[in-house]
Amino acid sequence: MTAELGHFALVLALAVALVQSTLPLVGAWTGNVAWMALGRTAALAQAALALIAFAMLTVAFVGSDFSVVNVAQNSHSLKPMLYKVAGVWGNHEGSLLLWVTILALFGAAVAVFGGNLPMSLRARILSVQGMIGIGFLLFILLTSNPFLRLDPAPVDGNGLNPLLQDPGLAFHPPLLYLGYVGLSVAFSFAVAALIEGRVDPAWARWVRPWTLVAWCFLTLGIALGSYWAYYELGWGGWWFWDPVENASFMPWLAATALLHSAIVAEKRDALKSWTILLAIIAFSLSLLGTFLVRSGVLTSVHAFATDPARGVFILIFLCLVVGGSLALYSFRAGELKAGGLFAPMSREGALVLNNLLLATATGSVLLGTLYPLFLDAITAEKVSVGPPFFNAVFVPLMTPLVVAMAVGPLLAWKRGDLAGALQRLKFAFAAAAIAVLAGWWWLADGPVLALLGLGLFAWVTVGVIVEWAERVGLGRVALRDSLNRALNLPRAAYGMSLAHLGIALTVLGITASSAWQREVLTILKPGDKVDVGSYTLTFEGARQMRGPNYTALQGSFAVAKGGQHLYVLQPETRRFPQPPMDTTEAAIESTLAGDLYVVIGEPDGKGGYAARLYWKPLVIWIWLGAVAMAAGGVVSLTDRRHRVGAPSRQRAQAAAAPAE
Amino acid sequence: MRLKVLLPLLVFALIAGALYAGLSLRPRDIPSALIGKPVPAFELPPVQGRNAGLSTADLTKGEPSLVNVFASWCAPCRIEHPVWVELAKTKEVPIHGLNWKDQPQAASRWLETFGDPYTRTGADISGRVAIDWGVYGAPETFVVAGDGTIMCKYISVVTREMLDEKILPMLRDLKRTGKTSRSC
Amino acid sequence: MLRRLFSSPPPSPDGGGREGVCRRRRRGRPNPHPALPRPSAGGGFKGAFLALLLLAAPAFAIGVDEPLPDPAQELRAREIAKSLRCLVCQNQSIEDSNAPLAKDLRRIVRERIEAGDSDAKVQDYVVARYGDWVLLKPPFNARTAALWIGPFALLGLAGIGVAVYYRRLATAAKAEAPPPLTAEERARLDRLVSD
Repeated sequence: MTAELGHFALVLALAVALVQSTLPLVGAWTGNVAWMALGRTAALAQAALALIAFAMLTVAFVGSDFSVVNVAQNSHSLKPMLYKVAGVWGNHEGSLLLWVTILALFGAAVAVFGGNLPMSLRARILSVQGMIGIGFLLFILLTSNPFLRLDPAPVDGNGLNPLLQDPGLAFHPPLLYLGYVGLSVAFSFAVAALIEGRVDPAWARWVRPWTLVAWCFLTLGIALGSYWAYYELGWGGWWFWDPVENASFMPWLAATALLHSAIVAEKRDALKSWTILLAIIAFSLSLLGTFLVRSGVLTSVHAFATDPARGVFILIFLCLVVGGSLALYSFRAGELKAGGLFAPMSREGALVLNNLLLATATGSVLLGTLYPLFLDAITAEKVSVGPPFFNAVFVPLMTPLVVAMAVGPLLAWKRGDLAGALQRLKFAFAAAAIAVLAGWWWLADGPVLALLGLGLFAWVTVGVIVEWAERVGLGRVALRDSLNRALNLPRAAYGMSLAHLGIALTVLGITASSAWQREVLTILKPGDKVDVGSYTLTFEGARQMRGPNYTALQGSFAVAKGGQHLYVLQPETRRFPQPPMDTTEAAIESTLAGDLYVVIGEPDGKGGYAARLYWKPLVIWIWLGAVAMAAGGVVSLTDRRHRVGAPSRQRAQAAAAPAE
Repeated sequence: MRLKVLLPLLVFALIAGALYAGLSLRPRDIPSALIGKPVPAFELPPVQGRNAGLSTADLTKGEPSLVNVFASWCAPCRIEHPVWVELAKTKEVPIHGLNWKDQPQAASRWLETFGDPYTRTGADISGRVAIDWGVYGAPETFVVAGDGTIMCKYISVVTREMLDEKILPMLRDLKRTGKTSRSC
Repeated sequence: MLRRLFSSPPPSPDGGGREGVCRRRRRGRPNPHPALPRPSAGGGFKGAFLALLLLAAPAFAIGVDEPLPDPAQELRAREIAKSLRCLVCQNQSIEDSNAPLAKDLRRIVRERIEAGDSDAKVQDYVVARYGDWVLLKPPFNARTAALWIGPFALLGLAGIGVAVYYRRLATAAKAEAPPPLTAEERARLDRLVSD
């Protein structure tokens, strides 16, 4: 019964989406207030129906109802409860249902929190949201219905991929989807603005918090995925430039660019057409990612259910959404009036540089990801584009971006004083120089690039502090006044500082963990000692053991430092019977200074075991940096200007004159 | 001005075209690097219980042949195996078996159970010869010209139609003239 | 050329295919972005998915990895292994992959290094057998020129776009400033001043 109810809810949701996508749009066109208002009701109804469908599938999973195909394929009665629930979105059909549910919730959020939007704009935004909803609901109902029944029902399910039986699964996909789908709101704002033919600072001010919400989720989702890969994969890698990873990274890059260009659009009424384009591109890249992952056109370890019918469906949908919005853009962008003027050397100029580099980076990742496909389609030749390509492209693009990050906030709007800004950054210069020299002196064995990384870290960190000190007038006014100013600084300013610090921390983590990693690959017999970094590990032996739904080989390593015993690390290799698979459970001792990462491998048949032992200095800061970025976004969201919501159009325009 | 705003649309059209083409491509099949090159130098003993082993010399005697990579642990090999058994009955072309990373008894039993279509077999227990051939999965099937030049490699299961439409016509060309203009 | 071959293959009896081996034997690559974590059987359990199964990989490699006694050589071997793409568990390097073929290739890399080959020669050894595809860093040639030049071209184009934009801003800024006086106006102004 539950499955039928869920199915029914989805069909109803489709009907509601059809109404939502048409009537409010027509209403906005003809000035019919009642039809415009219908958008709000429809969005709320759609969210309720999607939630019902999602709840029904969850009930089927929790209750191990194996008469539902999807449950039988992806769950097992003996699975721990957390993974029964997480199993709802641990498969193609269920993850799409999650996607649709989140989409509907965002639509409802616009309906509820968008009370200050002009009625016609809100109606159009909700209409566009409804159109996206139609596409995904049709996709589910026609090709990927999670509620199909199986008769007769099997006694037990197939089980969930053991690699996915991890808390990472519970949180990573929802976060990522909140990010992907959140970008649909920015997209709908952009398309609605194109339909209205009007983009002004008020529009930019409204769209920013939505983009910021999506960006925070996307940042956390990517970081969590990366951390999950790090501890689960078993060789300590955390980013592989795999097509599926790139699929999540490209929207992030575009959304980051969008956040910055929207500032210019809001404060200076410039870059409007570009901001609209970025909003379209960011969501288009989310959709492209969906296509890449689910159609199997690229070789990824992740993509397998390559049903051509699904691929064709998503491609048609992609063409309608992206092609349609870009066509609309090409018709209307010319009509957007150019706005505020500024000199290249100014705050706006720095933000343009940010966009230039981020857009190039996005394009380059896209090129590298799709290149094997292009080549295969044109010449039927195969080529691999691996991490070396992406690293070679990325480092030169990100370096000037990070350098400019410290300078930009010190430049004035309209016309900035670069010499003055650099003058004020003298402490940052000094810090960077010290960091490079210290790195060279102490850690002479690292690559030259590592010194660059250290320098950038110090430069941005001190740069952020200098900028804050400037704002509060530290040293120029009395300490009490400075303190007062610090308390009264807009939250958005703190948000920016925090996010930029996050970048610095991530740079530090990447630099240190890749340049000064210690790695020992060896065969150990019980009693053998190995030095890794400043630790001494003693292999105490390995034993077979039994887990709830697997058997495992567990090794024991006693860890000592300076002759003092610290703790025992117990890495495992697990063998799951259903479905049959081996997984590696690395034993990781994580500290802020670095991670000790131990993996046990196969026995060599002569009493020894293959083992990999790593010391990864400061590696945790890669993800802590990402958390700081997202926290910056959250702090920024609590800014009164965002929180109270956007002002009315007139007031916003009045306030659009150069603030601060 | 007009072109500038059209540019994103054009780029997208290009990408969409490639994506559409991509739907019918097979990114996981890696073409062989050895097409047009002579077979690698190797010499292998036969599968247990058989007496004709396989070596480079056996493939360069002037008669075109097929080299089929198989193993008893390879489930898909069982799917295509009847095709070889049937072809062997016609005696049209020698089929050689490269037994990849198999246990001697298992391979021998497998051939007894499912039939032995092979003129010669080479037992590559360590898998080193297979690496020289650029093998990365089983089954794989090579078309070898009489002078020992590798003409084609078919990855995965060979079906009856493929045999009739592609492989046999090419082998007949090779037999007649030593050359072929057909593609794989 | 191979496309048609997988149109509707008969089902494999026990499904022990390449994908299966890769999942079973490899050290374990979860789907960190599980937009699509499991082959979903329901409606999609058709030709395309089965086609993936129709190539099998062996279940065992020869022994475990034994590092080279010389640490410098071992480091070189590791770096080379990192630069080569695994053919079984694609999108992993042979250093990261636990596929038996990857293990065998690691062993070969170590052997070649011990035999005194240069790094390039070791790579060539593998490339000669499996093609350029195994190189994770694609070599610069006619086929990959667009790839390697692409990012520069993108940066150049974006730079030109920004430059054009700035020129327009500069022109607009000039237009906004009061226009200089014409000769006639100047003459009138002079008259007014002198009066």
